[in-house]
Amino acid sequence: MSTSSLHLVSSHDLPTTQLAMTEPLLKLDQIDTFYGQIQVHFGLNLSIGRGEIVSLLGGNASGKSTAMKVILGLHKPRNGTISFDGKPLNGLPTSQIVRRGIASVPEARRLFGDMTVRENLLMGAFVRSDRAGIAADYERMLELFPRVKERLTQRAGTLSGGEQQMLAMARALMSRPALVCMDEPTMGLSPLYVDKVLELIQTINRQGITFFMVEQNASLALQIAHRGYVLQTGRVVLSGTASELLGDQRIRDAYLGGSLAAETAS
Amino acid sequence: MTSSSSAGADILFDVRRVTRRFGGLVAVDEVNLSVARGECVSVIGPNGAGKSTLFNLLTGIDTPDSGSVRFGGEDVTGMAPEQLAARGVARTFQHGRVFGNLSVLDNVLIGAHARLAMTRRGWPVVGAFAEVLRALIGPAPVRREEAELRDEVKALLARFGTRLAPRIDEPAHSLSYANRRRVEIARALALRPRILLLDEPTAGMNESETAEMLELILELKRDGLTILLIEHKLDLVMRLSDRVLVLDDGRKIASGLPDEVRNDPAVIEAYLGHRHVGAQAGRNETAAA
Amino acid sequence: MTAWFDYTINGLIVGNIYALLAVGLALIFGVSHLINFAHGSVYMVGGFIGWLCLTRLGLPLPVALVATIAGCALLGVVIERIGLRPLQGAARIAPLLATIGISFVLDQLAQIVFGPDPRPVPSSLPEWTLSLGGATLGSLDLLIAAIGIGAAAVLYVFLRFTRLGWAVRATAQDRDAAQQMGVNVNAVNQAVFAIACGLGGLSGLLVGMYYNSIDPAMGFQATLKGVVALLIGGLGNVPGAIAGSLLLGLVESYGVALFGTSYRDLFAFVLLLAFLVWRPNGLFSSSRRLPPEPLTGTFLSNRKAVRIPPRVIVAVVALAFVVPFVTPSAYVLQTLTNGWIYGLLALSLTLVAGTVGQISLGHAALLLIGAYASALLSVNLGWSPAVTIPLAGLITAAIGTLLVYPSFRLRGHYVSIATLGIGEIIGLVVLNWDSLTRGPVGITGIAPLSLFGWQLTGVRAVYWFTLAVLVLLALLQVRLLRSHLGRTWRAIREDDVAARAYGVRPNRYKAIAFACGGLAAGIGGGIAAHLYSYINYQSFDSQVSILALTMVILGGLGSVVGAVAGAIALISLPELFRFAADYRMLIYGVILLLLVRFRPQGLFGAV
Repeated sequence: MSTSSLHLVSSHDLPTTQLAMTEPLLKLDQIDTFYGQIQVHFGLNLSIGRGEIVSLLGGNASGKSTAMKVILGLHKPRNGTISFDGKPLNGLPTSQIVRRGIASVPEARRLFGDMTVRENLLMGAFVRSDRAGIAADYERMLELFPRVKERLTQRAGTLSGGEQQMLAMARALMSRPALVCMDEPTMGLSPLYVDKVLELIQTINRQGITFFMVEQNASLALQIAHRGYVLQTGRVVLSGTASELLGDQRIRDAYLGGSLAAETAS
Repeated sequence: MTSSSSAGADILFDVRRVTRRFGGLVAVDEVNLSVARGECVSVIGPNGAGKSTLFNLLTGIDTPDSGSVRFGGEDVTGMAPEQLAARGVARTFQHGRVFGNLSVLDNVLIGAHARLAMTRRGWPVVGAFAEVLRALIGPAPVRREEAELRDEVKALLARFGTRLAPRIDEPAHSLSYANRRRVEIARALALRPRILLLDEPTAGMNESETAEMLELILELKRDGLTILLIEHKLDLVMRLSDRVLVLDDGRKIASGLPDEVRNDPAVIEAYLGHRHVGAQAGRNETAAA
Repeated sequence: MTAWFDYTINGLIVGNIYALLAVGLALIFGVSHLINFAHGSVYMVGGFIGWLCLTRLGLPLPVALVATIAGCALLGVVIERIGLRPLQGAARIAPLLATIGISFVLDQLAQIVFGPDPRPVPSSLPEWTLSLGGATLGSLDLLIAAIGIGAAAVLYVFLRFTRLGWAVRATAQDRDAAQQMGVNVNAVNQAVFAIACGLGGLSGLLVGMYYNSIDPAMGFQATLKGVVALLIGGLGNVPGAIAGSLLLGLVESYGVALFGTSYRDLFAFVLLLAFLVWRPNGLFSSSRRLPPEPLTGTFLSNRKAVRIPPRVIVAVVALAFVVPFVTPSAYVLQTLTNGWIYGLLALSLTLVAGTVGQISLGHAALLLIGAYASALLSVNLGWSPAVTIPLAGLITAAIGTLLVYPSFRLRGHYVSIATLGIGEIIGLVVLNWDSLTRGPVGITGIAPLSLFGWQLTGVRAVYWFTLAVLVLLALLQVRLLRSHLGRTWRAIREDDVAARAYGVRPNRYKAIAFACGGLAAGIGGGIAAHLYSYINYQSFDSQVSILALTMVILGGLGSVVGAVAGAIALISLPELFRFAADYRMLIYGVILLLLVRFRPQGLFGAV
């Protein structure tokens, strides 16, 4: 087992692409998060550029789910700033954050099980008031997600896991967001639906929507992501473009444990 | 049930084909596991692999749908947690569950509850009445047992150096997270367990705390304690375990010596992601170039 | 046969009224996981607003109805602001207790403003009747049916088709997910309280018209009935609440037809307990397992308990013994003696609710059992109080523990509801079991306190006797708390899952706690019987239960010294300062509210 010290690839070292040159859409700066006394994030820095698909990877207890909660305002960080589209997001309640243009596809979907598929979709557009726009987007979603269209009047709780994931994505897109945050989108899905979900993310991304994905399954995530960050015990220990990360043996260490965390400065 | 022949008595936990389903999801799928006396066995696997469910099945919090759990030769499938505690199974909980408003001392004293004479069950109603009288009157044997227990617990806490002993009368919620987890282990040791089940003992701890915990567990191992461990930090697992069991999707995908397991391609794939089936159009490598 | 049809219609009409209450409770529980114990008070306020409109302001009925709904909706918003919003981070039991405090305040205010006497509500409806298969429906029946159906329809439309209605449903199903869709859950809570209380107030006015009577005390029973219907239908299930209400109405109607009016309420509570034991998830759920409710937790502060030096305690106790020499005033001594009796109840409750974490809302029933046990033994068998009082303690311990045992598997809200129900049932059984308890007449001529022939004549002797018993039982309780048994109790309160993992059998120790508490309360009741020389089923009712809880929270849950201090503070001090009885409940309500909000650990914190 190699014990070479880890050379950290900082996002600043990345070859600048067209995407990365513009001001990042979402930026987390020196975020420290605590659950009571337990520190979960140590000076977390993340940035997501417009039009990108960025994946946050890491094993258990790495802090990646908490990162999602922090962005969505469900958990307040103790230090650090979050900015979206240049404006600060700190301290805003979730309902406000969502109105700014961030949509959420929560872990395990969190659909409104007793409401119909149609009602779930329309709940996605809760923050909007432009009826015509909502109706148009509704039709678009039905086209993009044919499985959803088939089950409009069914209660969301009766759908299969894969269908629920489709619905959850469609619901998120109904708010016409600039950024979609997805928490473990492939967890518990059959290979068929995993393919579909990943394909859909790419399709929608090509239309200009930015995606931020927290994902445990690194190889799946990196197949569609532009860039990725690898988190371990609350610190970014690796980052880079998808192909860089895919080829890097050290990602295995980050996942399976080891003393990578010691190397991280910050 | 009495323990079986000496050969069988060496195996403490003998788990055969336990299965647990939650609706359509099979959380634990025909898992076999055995832990011999004095061994340290680790259970590892990615998130959602079924490790905690397995622990719950072994400690009576949950009952398997099928399969059997034998402890010390006795069939304990479906027994309640209290009964397992009485048989010497001690466990700690993920993220720690100490009695927050009780002092450190009280926390650890409760650990011994199952083996005390003063809390013996006796007959229905009459036994409970007797326990109250014992508590009220405090006859000599009860006082003696309590005094001996206190001494034993203080010695136990001394194993943790200066971490716990000076805080012995403070409420557990006022301790740091790492100290609370140490209290949990002290409580488990107060039970004088035949086997210790540790659920992610170093979760949430930093480097130095993890190292201390590692030393402690190694010490317990040297003392001959049998340990079953759920842990994510693989280097810890490598150093501690005699054997490793890897779960994924509720099923055992590998087991054996630590080094064998570490280099097993199935294990690596389970953690990093399955090579998925089916074509995937348009990888994004070009975008990053 | 037609009679039964009549009873059915009657049951459905009454069920309709309950439904207006229960639906509101279901809505509130759905979005905030709170049982609004102030709901009955809102119902009562609604009745009075309606009465005011109809009689004092002479407004036509439709206007009165609208005014009632609007006024109570506003009240609902206020309750949400005071009772729920500030307590969002606190232990789950906190909002429940806050709403209880609010209900005390509202009930007393109404009593002060309107006086306690019932008053008729004019039903200004035309005298129509409708014959339906042998049963006659009056215009009021039709109105109630119409309003019930109309309200259900409006609610349905609201929840199904309006934006706010969707926000309510989404929040009820998954608060976090709703937030992530942009729903402002605080606004949703307010809206829900407004709607729920509007409906509740309407229900109160309709009841007033139906029975031609409203009074400030009508709220409590209404809350209980609403909670029963809520539980039958499944907590938070709105259509279920309607079904549960209709079922409750029918059961009551048939029950009264079969057994008589005084049994009416008994059915509600027996139904409640039956469901708690067999189908805690309500009629419409197939699962027999309890829903995962977060542990109620108690108010134990993160600060160290205030430790009073033993010397101070001894000094105060000595002082208490010396008081009769200092003040010869019989009034003072009697007041303090009464305080000692309630101190026994508080000891009992602080053990059960504080040390073991079982928040009992029906504890006064233990005093009642003890009082009746001792009274009956001494009156019927002629035994000396020196014998009957301890026996009463043992009988109370046995009966109390037996009755509460099936509820040990419950957690959180359910425990409190169960103990409330059991307390009510005990009171109703005492009322109805004429052959044993002499029914509503009560027991008169109970022998005064005496110890083996030596009568304790004189206020001073009684005072010392009661104080001595209190001190003795307090010392015993302290001893238990310091033993391993006490440690085990506290472990169960803190985390019963972890406790089980170390061999602690929760049912056993909960039973022991209730038995010990039952002994203390039973003895207290027995002493009270011989002291007052007359008792009836209302001597120790649900108000006393809530009062006991306030005492115990004031003193600090789990603290023996606190329990006694709380009892003196809330029983004797107001008496000594000559606070009119009217204002006392009001003050208790305010104290409870303030405690829960600002100092839940009470005076002496945790032990």
